[in-house]
Amino acid sequence: MSAVPVVAVVDYGAGNLVSIEQAIVATGGEARIARVPDEIADADLLLVPGVGAAAPAMRRLRRSGLAEAIVGWIEAGRPFLGICLGLQLLFERSDEDGARTLGVIPGRTVRLEDAPTLPHIGWNQVELRRSHPAFAGLEADEDVYFVHSYAGAPAGPDGDAWVVGETEHGRRFVSAVARANVVGLQFHPERSGRVGLRLLANVLAWAGDPGGGRIGVGVGSLDGARA
Amino acid sequence: MLRRRVIPCLDVADGRVVKGVRFVDLTDEGDPPTLAARYADEGADELVFLDITASVESRPTLLEIVRRTARETFIPLTVGGGVRSATEMRDVLRAGADKVSINTAAVRDPGLIGRCARRFGSQAVVVAIDARRLPSDVAREPRWEVVVRGGRETTGLDALDWAVRAVDLGAGELLVTSMDRDGTRAGFDTDLLRAVAGRVPVPVIASGGAAGPADFVTAVRVGQADAVLAASIFHRRQHSIAEVKRAMAAAGLPVRATAGVAA
Repeated sequence: MSAVPVVAVVDYGAGNLVSIEQAIVATGGEARIARVPDEIADADLLLVPGVGAAAPAMRRLRRSGLAEAIVGWIEAGRPFLGICLGLQLLFERSDEDGARTLGVIPGRTVRLEDAPTLPHIGWNQVELRRSHPAFAGLEADEDVYFVHSYAGAPAGPDGDAWVVGETEHGRRFVSAVARANVVGLQFHPERSGRVGLRLLANVLAWAGDPGGGRIGVGVGSLDGARA
Repeated sequence: MLRRRVIPCLDVADGRVVKGVRFVDLTDEGDPPTLAARYADEGADELVFLDITASVESRPTLLEIVRRTARETFIPLTVGGGVRSATEMRDVLRAGADKVSINTAAVRDPGLIGRCARRFGSQAVVVAIDARRLPSDVAREPRWEVVVRGGRETTGLDALDWAVRAVDLGAGELLVTSMDRDGTRAGFDTDLLRAVAGRVPVPVIASGGAAGPADFVTAVRVGQADAVLAASIFHRRQHSIAEVKRAMAAAGLPVRATAGVAA
């Protein structure tokens, strides 16, 4: 990896890239906005941010060829970080608008049920179910900033293996996932103050660690990326 | 468990933070990004910038302030004042805001709420409601009217009806200001807050009237607010954010751990 890690930030017309870019710079990385597959090729970390709905996001990603490029990147074992919608897109489908998503993680994105308020906006705790380098040096129940009404629910025999952290809002939902070369955060580290910057710095270090021994997450089918 | 948020509000006019009483008699309170950075360090859970001049000429100044703030402050930033279209909202988001608050423009053109929500998501659309209590006899339920243009114009709209409609149209959060209490240090209008919070699923931010930490506790406990906003008591260092959070924690309310405050 280069001295300053290059983070390709996927721009598909949703969400606020400014805060992500600035947080990457503040943690010692270089942010490169990517709108086409060529622009991610030589990055050290691929980051899919975003807020909003899945269907328009998937349309833009498929049209630009980035949907396939993202899946290819993940299958090749290269470091990936999804934030908020960027995590939800890794699941098979979203209940929000019925969109078929990338299918990297088994399960669907579902609405937060029994929530006292929706959207779930504000600071809440992530209870770690297991350790992961992304959370190194952080307390077991740090407060981080959430803004969402839906969350991915890993399912099937492999589902549990993805879960790193959970959060309660009405009922418990999965707020952090990780497996092999993939990390997904339902909250916004770029808006979570010092804790968030520490997390991003951890992810940059993890992405650059050749001893990580990562292998690519098998995606199986590219149908979600091509549909 | 979701924390109750403490939100300093920076009213911005001609590039400076100002504060008034009942929306008038403005005094200078400092440089916006400097104050924003101070509040972020002191444990603010979020920041709100309201451009109270909100003229076309003041927009470039505001966007530059948002850019400068977003570069150094890694907590959520809501910006409001004079946004009249989804395109203008895009400009504010591109400058580094996470949410945009709309007020007068939403009353004049309610369709704006839906257009912004469809394009940027409900979570980015805060509808600000300035409400004035209507005279009524004690036997009847209190009523409030929506006022716009910084309190200079009445609308005839019932504030509770408008709150419900704004959420139906796509608002992800409501910022509810009691014009009667704004800057008076008379405490929040908890009747208004509770009436709104009881009618909508989205978070309600209480605004207008904070004098001290006890008012924040009351806004949440009695007013059912999810977040509490204040301006002058923080600008003038009458009370610190940590002091407010300590009072909330002591009252059993969940708050984010901040220097000097255990969660």
